[in-house]
Amino acid sequence: MTIDRSIQIRSLVKEYKRGVPVLKGIDLTIAGEGITAIIGPSGTGKSTLIRCINRLIEPTAGEILFQGVDLAKLKGAELRAARRTIGMVFQEYNLVERLTVMENVLTGRLGYMSAFKAWLRKFTPADIEEAFTLLDAVGLASFANQRADALSGGQRQRVGIARAIMQHPEILLADEPTSSLDPKTSVEIMELMANLAGKRNIPVIVNIHNVELAKRFCQRMIGMTGGKVVFDGTPAQLTDENLKTIYGGENWIE
Amino acid sequence: MNATITAPRNPFPANWATRIGWLVLLVYCVWAAAQLDFTWDRFVAGLANAERFLSRMFPPAFGGDKWEMIVKGLTESLEIAIIASALGIAISLPIGLMASRNLSPLWLSWPARFLIALCRSFHPVIVAIIFVKAVGFGAIAGIGALVVGSIGFISKLFADAIEEISLKQVEAVRASGASFANVLTYGVLPQVFGRFLGFCTYQLDSNLRNSTMVGIVGAGGIGGTLFSAFQRFDYDFVLAILISIITLIFIGEILSNVLRAVFLDNKTISQWFSRGGARARVTARGLDE
Repeated sequence: MTIDRSIQIRSLVKEYKRGVPVLKGIDLTIAGEGITAIIGPSGTGKSTLIRCINRLIEPTAGEILFQGVDLAKLKGAELRAARRTIGMVFQEYNLVERLTVMENVLTGRLGYMSAFKAWLRKFTPADIEEAFTLLDAVGLASFANQRADALSGGQRQRVGIARAIMQHPEILLADEPTSSLDPKTSVEIMELMANLAGKRNIPVIVNIHNVELAKRFCQRMIGMTGGKVVFDGTPAQLTDENLKTIYGGENWIE
Repeated sequence: MNATITAPRNPFPANWATRIGWLVLLVYCVWAAAQLDFTWDRFVAGLANAERFLSRMFPPAFGGDKWEMIVKGLTESLEIAIIASALGIAISLPIGLMASRNLSPLWLSWPARFLIALCRSFHPVIVAIIFVKAVGFGAIAGIGALVVGSIGFISKLFADAIEEISLKQVEAVRASGASFANVLTYGVLPQVFGRFLGFCTYQLDSNLRNSTMVGIVGAGGIGGTLFSAFQRFDYDFVLAILISIITLIFIGEILSNVLRAVFLDNKTISQWFSRGGARARVTARGLDE
């Protein structure tokens, strides 16, 4: 029997300023497999939605049910334990620049370690072995001892993905993982993510601006605009009419 | 063609408020100098006295028991400086963290900032006098005074450095489920370590200087020896002490530079002493920061 890795989001609301909701009651069920893309114009709350799931941002109201717990209500140690099971890949990679590539990958294990062991870099041999294997998989094994700020954008994002996978996540969140990268590298990064997550049966939720890229890699697409979900379906179901609703205007559609 | 020709636009318009500000400052300085009898005539009148003072300083007296007194005083000053720096830094780390407004809640950062401001409000000599009155003469008063000064100075710098870090890197470590302590060691410390080390060596430098001075008010170290030499008009001994202090400070300066070079730029000591070391340091720092 497989573990249920689906997420139910119920009437999720986020207000940064009182009375000005960015997320206006999101209801979504995201299946526990495959890649789900969230598309929509800038400032529509895609990043906020994704960050509410691992609680980097505090939701104002609503529920986020994952494996029998409401992520929106967790606190302290319980919250940290839930976060370990949620990997995240960031738009600007968010590597700790002055740590080595290896240390950055092993950061994925910090949720499982005491402060003392973490301080002394006492990772288990199994963790270190896995980190090397992952670096091999993303093609950066020879960079293990270099500082993260010596890497190019594409290389950094590979490390970011390795770090997220290192957590042994039950789900992977990706916030505009390709927006800072060139078109070719973007495709490579999406392939890498689809590949690594697919092998481990980890569902992926990805915010993405590039509609074509989303269609190519995702099994399901969610269109948001103005803090609401306005489209939910397969890439094949997404029409120009839908895109007009999501982004507004039509001149940009070829 | 658009024919409306306007007057040439001036990209640097005159700012009269600033000009008046400078003028007021100048007038005040002249007025204050007159108030204090800060004049050339007064300076010339003082020169004769200076000549007598200087002539009695030479040659400096290092001989016999004087040398022993200098060594004893300097050793004590050095000990005061190092102990005070170690304690001050150890206490400043948590206070700096508490005072940083991006990682600490308001109810914690404001009291911490108040404490720092309190430590900063008095000159080390005044703090030393207070300690001498409280715990009696000797090195412990000097150590106490310099610890207070160190806390006031580097906690503030620590806090400022922490407030300038990239929160994106911290966010990523938090997202891994790391505890607060682990976020600090993996997300925060790597970003501030270099600057912290710089502050620490600077503080050691500064404590070395101040430790030669707290003795004047009876808080231990070479300062006491210096002060009594002044009072006995023992000016050749005064000069000997001054030369020794200068030597100590110079050695301290070199050591702290070496420390910075080794930790921050991953240089060996011999590399640092070789030609071009200082120039390479500047570029490395420029890229780094």
